[in-house]
Amino acid sequence: MNKELLEIIEKNARLSNKDIAVMLSKEEGDIKKMIEKYEKDGVIVGYRALIDWDKTENEHVNALIELRVSPQPDRGFDKLAEKIGNYPEVSSLYLMSGGYDFMVLLEGKTMREIAYFVAQKLAPLDTVITTATHFVLRKYKDKGVTYGPVYVDERSNCL
Amino acid sequence: MFDPTKVISKKCADIKPSGIRKFFDLLETMPDVVSLTVGQPDFVTPWKIREAAIESIEKGRTYYTSNAGTQKLRDALSDYLTSFDLHYDPKKEIIVTCGGSEAVDAAIRALVDEGDEVIVHSPNFVCYEPLVNLCGGKCVTIETVAEEDFKVTPEKLRAAISPKTKLLVLSYPNNPTGAVMEREDLEALANVIKDTDICVLSDEIYAELTYGQKHVSIASLPGMRERTVVVSGFSKAFAMTGWRLGYACAPKEIASQILKIHQYAIMCASTASQFAGIEALTSCLEAKDEMVREYDRRRKFVVNELQNIGLKCYVPKGAFYVFPDIRVSGLTSDQFAEKLLFEYKACVVPGNAFGDCGEGFVRISYAYSVDHIKEGISRIGEMLKSL
Repeated sequence: MNKELLEIIEKNARLSNKDIAVMLSKEEGDIKKMIEKYEKDGVIVGYRALIDWDKTENEHVNALIELRVSPQPDRGFDKLAEKIGNYPEVSSLYLMSGGYDFMVLLEGKTMREIAYFVAQKLAPLDTVITTATHFVLRKYKDKGVTYGPVYVDERSNCL
Repeated sequence: MFDPTKVISKKCADIKPSGIRKFFDLLETMPDVVSLTVGQPDFVTPWKIREAAIESIEKGRTYYTSNAGTQKLRDALSDYLTSFDLHYDPKKEIIVTCGGSEAVDAAIRALVDEGDEVIVHSPNFVCYEPLVNLCGGKCVTIETVAEEDFKVTPEKLRAAISPKTKLLVLSYPNNPTGAVMEREDLEALANVIKDTDICVLSDEIYAELTYGQKHVSIASLPGMRERTVVVSGFSKAFAMTGWRLGYACAPKEIASQILKIHQYAIMCASTASQFAGIEALTSCLEAKDEMVREYDRRRKFVVNELQNIGLKCYVPKGAFYVFPDIRVSGLTSDQFAEKLLFEYKACVVPGNAFGDCGEGFVRISYAYSVDHIKEGISRIGEMLKSL
């Protein structure tokens, strides 16, 4: 396992294999093979751009929904998790400790779509006891990246 | 009528203003330029360090500290320096200063008298000669060359020594070349000066930014500690340039003299910065190591990119600069930098800004993101192709 390689592409997935190879003093072919293996093994599960939708004209609402559910006798929470996770509207799904069971994240919808999804899809599920929907008002930081003003290099020049 | 130009001290008037300032001022008016010029980290000071300073202000710690710095910071420095095999008494041999720069100034003033000769190497950071001249001393320059990995060799040192030699200034890892002096290189110099009265000012501000090996301080060699002032600071290692926090370490007889100068000129380093410094040394060494790893990756990247566009370059082993040889372009350092700036909208520092023997080279900083470096070097590549 090359932790440094994973850390590098976790921060910047757009670096070419060639550039990464130079930085790690390895061959380009080795980097390619390692990345392919990580992809095959599911260590690397995808590549995405981080987009600050607030800077676009699109309506792009994110919501976090808390679900309290009653676990099923044979399969605990897994069966329900699979069911909820199957909805394409759901971008993240976590089983939580504490006051509720599932945290469901919905990203990039309109208010109406979110309301509809909670009322029509989640709430009616057999084992769901309560739902609490929280709308995200503003995203300040996500995946280690700060959202908001664009970085300006203010460093002065000196020798 | 009173003429202000008539009252300037002769020694001060004789200091040549740095030519590079004009170039930098010009650069600052050109926002679309891809600059590879800065001499400071692109990381922000780790949050824990910033928080420690904020807390010290919130708690009202707005007083002067003792002249030499808070005892807690000096204790932390004393512990930290053992990692470089340096052993200094935190009560009498460590002085916290306003950046490494003040430590250099105070050390030179504590050691140099009228008529003394001070050996400096070149190309190098530019502060030493003016400060020596203000003390009435004279600099004797050793020219280091790429073919010798920009090192000071014992032969060159021997040739530079005269009966008037008081001090040898070493600054490795070096700005602008990225050169380092390894243990055997330093041992060879130690052999040359061990039977003389020459002392050493070792500016180790880039010590933490040494790649693939551990920095060796000349003060850790036998017989050197008693004649060496080690100067360093938090700027480069912890990305703390704006905090102005550095230190000087010296045997107590010299340290007490440096302290007098510091006491009258400065009083003490900024208190909030000192609290930040304690946090840096006690809980941010890992954050520092992560930054060093990132510089190391960029170092390999930038050297490779330069080779790809046909520029020969000594592979730097420290700091965050590369110093490629640009003579293949047929241009002088100044012409190269100006053409690059005006026609290709990229910027590097001409090597002669670091002394005459930097002519034929330029300094490229890799305290930038990889994408930024890539764009800057590709513009240099376009220019080379057009020549």
